[in-house]
Amino acid sequence: MAEAHVETLALREQFDTAEQQKDASTLGMWLFLITEVMFFGGMFLAYTVYRHLYPMVFAVASSSLDAVVGAANTAVLLCSSFTMVLAVRASQLGQRKALIVFLILTLILGFAFLGVKAYEWNLKFEEHHVPGATFHFEGMAPDLQRHAQLFFSLYFAMTGLHALHMVIGVGILSFLIFQASKGRFSAEYMTPVDVAGLYWHFVDIIWIFLFPLLYLIDRHLPK
Amino acid sequence: MSEHIDSIKTYTVVWLVLLALTAATTAVAYVDLGPFSVVVALVIAVCKMLLVALFFMHVRHSTKLTRLVLLGALMWLGILILLTLTDFSTRGVLGVPGR
Amino acid sequence: MITTAVQEREHYLNASYGIKSWLLTKDHKRIGLLYLGTVTLFFFLGGAFATLIRIELLTPQGNLVSSETYNKLFTMHGVAMIFFFMIPAIPATLGNFFLPMMIGARDLAFPRINLLSWYLLVVGGLFTLFAMLAGGVDTGWTFYTPYSTTYSNTWVIATALGIFISGFSSILTGLNFIVTVHTMRAPGMTWFRLPLFVWSNYATAVIQVLGTPVVAVTIVLVFCERVFHIGIFDPALGGDPVLFQHMFWFYSHPAVYIMVLPAMGVISELVSVYSRKQPFGYRVIAFSSVAIAVLGFLVWGHHLFVSTQSVYAGLVFSFLSYFVAIPSAIKVFNWTATLYKGSISYDTPMLYAFGFIGLFTIGGLTGLMVAALGFDVHVTDTYFVVAHFHYIMVGGTIMAYLGGLHYWWPKMTGRMYPEAWAKLSAMIIFLGFNLTFFPQFILGYLGMPRRYHVYPDEFQILHVLSTAGASVLAVGYVMPMVYFIWSLRFGKLAPANPWGATGLEWKTASPPPAHNFEEIPVVTHEAYDYSTVMGEVIEVG
Repeated sequence: MAEAHVETLALREQFDTAEQQKDASTLGMWLFLITEVMFFGGMFLAYTVYRHLYPMVFAVASSSLDAVVGAANTAVLLCSSFTMVLAVRASQLGQRKALIVFLILTLILGFAFLGVKAYEWNLKFEEHHVPGATFHFEGMAPDLQRHAQLFFSLYFAMTGLHALHMVIGVGILSFLIFQASKGRFSAEYMTPVDVAGLYWHFVDIIWIFLFPLLYLIDRHLPK
Repeated sequence: MSEHIDSIKTYTVVWLVLLALTAATTAVAYVDLGPFSVVVALVIAVCKMLLVALFFMHVRHSTKLTRLVLLGALMWLGILILLTLTDFSTRGVLGVPGR
Repeated sequence: MITTAVQEREHYLNASYGIKSWLLTKDHKRIGLLYLGTVTLFFFLGGAFATLIRIELLTPQGNLVSSETYNKLFTMHGVAMIFFFMIPAIPATLGNFFLPMMIGARDLAFPRINLLSWYLLVVGGLFTLFAMLAGGVDTGWTFYTPYSTTYSNTWVIATALGIFISGFSSILTGLNFIVTVHTMRAPGMTWFRLPLFVWSNYATAVIQVLGTPVVAVTIVLVFCERVFHIGIFDPALGGDPVLFQHMFWFYSHPAVYIMVLPAMGVISELVSVYSRKQPFGYRVIAFSSVAIAVLGFLVWGHHLFVSTQSVYAGLVFSFLSYFVAIPSAIKVFNWTATLYKGSISYDTPMLYAFGFIGLFTIGGLTGLMVAALGFDVHVTDTYFVVAHFHYIMVGGTIMAYLGGLHYWWPKMTGRMYPEAWAKLSAMIIFLGFNLTFFPQFILGYLGMPRRYHVYPDEFQILHVLSTAGASVLAVGYVMPMVYFIWSLRFGKLAPANPWGATGLEWKTASPPPAHNFEEIPVVTHEAYDYSTVMGEVIEVG
């Protein structure tokens, strides 16, 4: 077989050059991210439809979320994207220690985000805003309770799906930290860090939209 | 694929702008802009998305194919939402009972 | 009658032995065969349900099965056939096997993800099989809410989970194909030198990547509604069941193009080879594949014409639905023009191609009829629609699949199938198909509803004809099973290029070596350049 080469991480059997493999991996991750856009997209569609149908109830329900906590959590995630891109940069420059430091910072910020999320969900649970048999939105007319329940179904579904993606991201980061500590990455081969970065930023972008859409609906209205 | 490595300064500026936009969108939510509240919120969100994509995800230096993929994603999301809204926003408009 | 030549030469089938070498393979050719086995099993499972349906419909009374059981039969027929046969069949068997070879690559971009795709199909299939054995599902393959989320007492969750998992199989295959075609073409293999089968699979892959995630999230929401009782489709909460329909059909309409585009790719190959002519309007056919993929996403609302979807939206979707017929029609014109003044041979694959062109045209034209909002209001949810989509799915896709299997069988196995038996089964299938489904157009037009097993007496004669046709069709489908297996041991040994076809897959041995090519080819001529192929056609049958 012509051009038979020993298989390495940077150059697997089916590829001819390391650059070809890198291009393929990057394109693969971008395509995966489009599937994620469409996956979350279905929920954004449901949100759009019901907010269009019940704008007032959605506004009232949204105002029961703490906008400051939400904004702070958004900032946490943005900081984690900052540390992530610095991690990618470090790997591009072959700076192993910096890579590991930035990955660990990203991981910590990711955990912080999830911690705040858990706190918020717990608040919702205590206020009986979790959809289901125990749902009750204080101060809203009985016939509108069901529409409020729709809002919270979407809130939990969308933030839950997002949180699941964060958990997966945290897992990926942990794996990368472990690999980096064993010296697996170099300036020539840092594709896994690169594509993990793309994934992490994407999860951040989803939250960039979730925050205003869930937390900031018509806040200017009097309670 | 060009290995263009951005400076820490570039990333820092983008990061600070993102934080500023987050504060802005939160503050603006308390201002009465009527129907434009949603528009402003989405515009700010789109700006933040573009900053993250162009700088943090390196779309600025990426191939045309990558940009096409990103554009395709946004277009298809648009098709999903907009075509479905042709139903929900026109219920009752043509005066046919029940539709 | 086994010679030693095949056994002495090393190829992908004998390169390694043992169950682990198959279950842990990274070879796209072996994975293609793994898929072949899996989808065939599900085809016969779906066929078993169809058999029961057709037997029940022999008489106007519901005397073979209860209504509840009948609901389960058509549901499981649909689920098995669509998600576990039609969607994977051509891309994951023939596409997996031949796409890398056609572009001159050693394998797909991500071989291990390819294997994972197969495992996902199998696991999804097992969940669905479990649901079927444990008591079945009765919601229809369309899972409309609120019946599926609230009122059905059947195994909705297990089935939905099975479909969800198999959806990821589809997504990953699509992703793999797109990356492969973009990054792994051999030197000189430009986009417009690609075989049309590659173009079709590429367009299909785009649909798989963009559409499947939406049905996946829809299933997640159905799951949440059914298990946690948090609903967004629940009318009791102010939710709209029609939202489910929008989300479901956003994928499920393009899904039909996932099912038919690869079939069209096969037909483009067959029509060209067996007329020994370049496909007429190569670029137009290539672009029409992409056009179908794109336009197919804009028309889903035509499945909601009789729901409470607004009339305005109905008008929009009806209007758009006409456009998607255009690129399909263009292909039919181009195939026909390819035949003109071609040197036509009537080998079995070509018989299937002829069958496809005729039956797909009928199915497609009736598609235009149901795209008309006014007409559809009368025939929706009747057998007219059932006949329409079976003409395309069975008369179209399955014929193309069989044609492709016969065409590429020598390459995959190193053996020729028995031509006389193959021709006979092709004709039996064509006859059986038309006898089964043409009466259904009439039934539907006269008002016979779909998914009903009790009907007025005057419809019986048409149902009897349909069931008779189905029996013939069943015989036709079993025959290839038998002779293909027979050919593995007793079939004539196949040369590298029995049909005198162009295409890189014919430039390597039958069966191919494990790494496809001894040396990666450099492509210097246009696609379908028959002047470059020496007459290697063997006399068959």
